[in-house]
Amino acid sequence: MKILMLGWELPPHNSGGLGVACYQMSKALASEGVDIDFIIPYTAKHPGIDYMNIYSATPLPPNYHDLGAYNSGSEEDRENAKDEYGLSPMRAVQRRYGKYVRKFVKNHQPDAIHAHDWLTMEAGMIAKEMTGAPLIVHVHATEFDRSGEQSGNPLVHEIEQQGLLMADRIIAVSEITKEIIVKNYHIPPEKIEVVYNAIDLADLPPHEYDASTYRYLEELKKDGYTVVGALTRLTVQKGLTYFVRAAAKALEKYEKIVFVLSGNGEQRDELIELAADLGISDKMIFTGFVRGKQWRDIYCLIDVFVMSSVSEPFGLTALEAAHHDTALLISRQSGVGEVLNNIMRFDYWDVNKLADEIVNIAESPALQKSLKKNVKNEYARISWQDAARKCLKLYKGALV
Amino acid sequence: MNKNKGIVLYLHVHQPWRIREYSIFDVAWRHNYFSGGQNPDQDNQKIFQKVAEKSYLPMNALLEKLLKKYPDFKISLSFSGTFLEQAERFNPEVLESFKRLVKTGQVEILSSPYHHSLAFFYSRKEFERQVELHRWKIREIFGAETRVLANTELAYSDDLAKWAEQDGFKGVLAEGWDPILNWRSPNYVYRPRGTKKIGLLLKNYRLSDDLAFRFSDRKWNEWPLTADKFNTWVEDSVRYAPLLNLFMDYETFGEHQWAESGIFGFFEKFVDKWLSVDGNTFYTVSEALDANAPAGEISMSSPVTWADAERDLTAWNGNSLQKEALRYVYELEGEVLNSKDEGLISDWRKLQTSDHFYYMGTKNFTDGDVHAYFSPYDSPYDAFLYYMNTIRDMKSRLRK
Repeated sequence: MKILMLGWELPPHNSGGLGVACYQMSKALASEGVDIDFIIPYTAKHPGIDYMNIYSATPLPPNYHDLGAYNSGSEEDRENAKDEYGLSPMRAVQRRYGKYVRKFVKNHQPDAIHAHDWLTMEAGMIAKEMTGAPLIVHVHATEFDRSGEQSGNPLVHEIEQQGLLMADRIIAVSEITKEIIVKNYHIPPEKIEVVYNAIDLADLPPHEYDASTYRYLEELKKDGYTVVGALTRLTVQKGLTYFVRAAAKALEKYEKIVFVLSGNGEQRDELIELAADLGISDKMIFTGFVRGKQWRDIYCLIDVFVMSSVSEPFGLTALEAAHHDTALLISRQSGVGEVLNNIMRFDYWDVNKLADEIVNIAESPALQKSLKKNVKNEYARISWQDAARKCLKLYKGALV
Repeated sequence: MNKNKGIVLYLHVHQPWRIREYSIFDVAWRHNYFSGGQNPDQDNQKIFQKVAEKSYLPMNALLEKLLKKYPDFKISLSFSGTFLEQAERFNPEVLESFKRLVKTGQVEILSSPYHHSLAFFYSRKEFERQVELHRWKIREIFGAETRVLANTELAYSDDLAKWAEQDGFKGVLAEGWDPILNWRSPNYVYRPRGTKKIGLLLKNYRLSDDLAFRFSDRKWNEWPLTADKFNTWVEDSVRYAPLLNLFMDYETFGEHQWAESGIFGFFEKFVDKWLSVDGNTFYTVSEALDANAPAGEISMSSPVTWADAERDLTAWNGNSLQKEALRYVYELEGEVLNSKDEGLISDWRKLQTSDHFYYMGTKNFTDGDVHAYFSPYDSPYDAFLYYMNTIRDMKSRLRK
């Protein structure tokens, strides 16, 4: 079976989880015998990807400005640019991508088209029109998710609406996402299949924790501190102002907790200021963006991983955290909570509840230990191979 | 009654120990906050050499020439201890040239807290220790005694004057700020409220800032400022008054206003022009106080400084980042001093230098530009994060 896969990024040139999910899903599909042509908008080397054909729609480098998968224009951009709602550079690349796909399918007839998120939905519709093959739209996140509690970009909403209507089948990464598609885009639920993301243990090779990377935090731990943290883009979608407020409340009740935010994003300065307003700057550490060893070591170091997202279609980082022996606190608005039982939940806005849960875990080593242990037994059962088989069934169903 | 009209030229010489991009990965490991960074903007030695070439050496050569040529030419200087340390370490020739100026007998050195700190408002005891440290440093280097106090950034209040009187000073410097002066002129000696013996010299900020801020500003409607024009303004200003207090950063000459702006030639011509008239002279700060009885009483119940449009302490403590940073550094006082660890105490004092908090300023408009001009960091938030990491490291050192 030949699949035309339309994606926006692949590791190592990804700006977040979308690239990882595309990579893993394609790899698992390939091992099921699927022949994949994967089209990306930039030109770069992808070492280690030999299980599919990668085609570049433009000669642009992967870090070409405003090409990031999570960029749907800032509020300011939208107000300033009347045309295309502040997305002109992105739209230009999308048009080139669509043009490339139009030419490409003339010589590469697929059995089905698999398009990831709004970024490639238009190209997916072009391919469907040209080839007559069924279009499967895979929703990793909608504009409602990306914009947190704000309204989002109307142009992106419009493209998503069209793509979802034109799709033969839709894949949602969680029930939460399925519900958003039904409610906000008025798509019949029968057209939508939930296929959860997973985690590939092969991509998380055994890592020897190095206690000298975060010496200060190690010192605090030895002194009896609990490390509570998140590895995340610092952006409104992630509900981090609630996280910081909960941190302040938790510290009122229990002193020996230190909080870590690893990552970068447009909300960084606001969060730094909020922590200062609340008078907890010494207990709220901003590491900046971390990768490689610093990335693995911070996962190992964290005792309690918090996902406070306002709207999180899935939330792969929670599975990575589970793998690294952490207790998980997951907002009810995060899809990953649907596949895990041994976690503590809270509504993202419920700062008191989150603070209570943090204090409970910090004060009870037994609770902390059992959460860590039990979730570790759970997460590994979710596999990309299962996800790929579900996809394959969907392709075949759409073909009939 | 003395019929002379005198200019009091007070130049403030200062360099802070800038903090490098000190990250969480350095904390509890590397304690070299003030050296060893990669970014040249934070390289204290490089910056010192640059300012030495552009300002200290050429201006001192000019001052030496003028002091020798005109016995009536007098200047008053204040040096931060952090400047003197850097001069000793990075460029002894700069220090030698200052010593030659002082040897002429036409130069007075003022007292100030060694670490250019705002300790007066946060820890009176620490302030007293820093004034004492400074007194010894000036004796050691210049063999001179200080009699007049210029607190950091001219930060002044009635309390400071009372303290200075008790400590045996004969005068204090402050900003001549309109809301305080009301209809009165800054061109007289005043008596601080609550004191009996000491005098207050007030900066004439209009004429001072014509040189310090506007001299090379081509958008200024008085540009270019000639010695003749400025001399006329000065003559007008002292027509009915005995003195004119021109207070500014030493680095105005050659660093804030580049040599290319003509500042050096302008200054030489102006001194010549002013002294060519009978009865015109220059005073050191002590001479000005000796020659003129107080014309009235001045009260500043809350702190007034020479910075920003507000002329209060908000350039350093106006936002929550600055308040947090100040709180943490002064909270360490007892523990740091009890440690008896000289390295620790010295680092702690360097962290009190007001510049660190100035870099964290988030005011908009023109003051924000001035803050940004002086800042070695990308943003006030970065300045804050690096600073907080040094505080964490101090705490870690204290635990050991």
